[in-house]
Amino acid sequence: MTKKDVLVLKDLLGTNNQIAAEIRRELRARGILCVNLLSSPGSGKTTVLEALADRLGGGHRMAVIEGDIETERDAERIRARGIPAWQITTGGACHLEAKMVGKVLGEVPADIDFLFIENVGNLVCPAGYDLGESLRCVLLSSPEGDDKPGKYPRAFLTADILLLTKADLLPFLPFDPEKAAAEALTINPRLKVFRLSALKGEGMDELAAFFVEALARERARRA
Amino acid sequence: MHELSLVAGLFDVLEEKAREQNALRITAVKLRVGRLSGVVPDLIESAFDAFKKGTLADGARLEIEVAPFDFKCRRCGGTTFQGEPAAACAACGSTDIELIGGMDLVIEKIEIEIPDP
Repeated sequence: MTKKDVLVLKDLLGTNNQIAAEIRRELRARGILCVNLLSSPGSGKTTVLEALADRLGGGHRMAVIEGDIETERDAERIRARGIPAWQITTGGACHLEAKMVGKVLGEVPADIDFLFIENVGNLVCPAGYDLGESLRCVLLSSPEGDDKPGKYPRAFLTADILLLTKADLLPFLPFDPEKAAAEALTINPRLKVFRLSALKGEGMDELAAFFVEALARERARRA
Repeated sequence: MHELSLVAGLFDVLEEKAREQNALRITAVKLRVGRLSGVVPDLIESAFDAFKKGTLADGARLEIEVAPFDFKCRRCGGTTFQGEPAAACAACGSTDIELIGGMDLVIEKIEIEIPDP
């Protein structure tokens, strides 16, 4: 009997990254800007998408992929705004994976401008899974507390955009948006920060304008 | 959080390698866990111990190395360095840095026993 070392060098998370890279290539080729939204449950991801649907309507088309453990509720809310939406129910999995998105992608119309993917509500696991998005957007709502970026750094470190949501509740809560933003920016200085209330509309026009500009940049890169 | 399914994937690879190499036993497995992989070494160990029973890796030693964050500087271009999330470029001090590594879970190598030639 002889002992032997065998070099393996295989990334167990690599399969997801490969599928995500294919999705990114395909969406870029189609000229679609894909945004992955992640946050804790109840931070307002669906409400932000509803508010965006009302603002991106003129001249732009969007579609939404919804991820949840159970129910079609979020997709129904989006469809009620006249926006095509697909619901992925993970049946227990705490995050979306690229292959789940890949399965739906064939049904997404080719002539849309924006594809938003609303991840399963969870500030931990979705941060570890690339879905092929061009922009990752993390939400932090005022009731959650301004100490969250430091406690859940991976979500903030891997995001491009931070939405401080439910700004209409700030008068009633000890949440300090400056402190939350400063902590998030310490973790990731590249974050673009927006303060908004999707329910009242505050800050939503600026966010919609940002996505329109990002779409133009994405298409310019392709050209 | 998803360590159990990752370890199931690990055993698929171990089985394949063992077959390829005609191994009698797997005596050690070395993993490199990125700081940002979201994978918890203690949970990997528990899942590994549960999975290995009755396999060729029953009795195998699991070694886990935690790999640091890897960054690339966007300003001076090309400079890569290791550091903490709020790090500045080691060469030019810029904080315009891009995270390029530390997110993976890699099976580095395995130690096996093969029949004498």
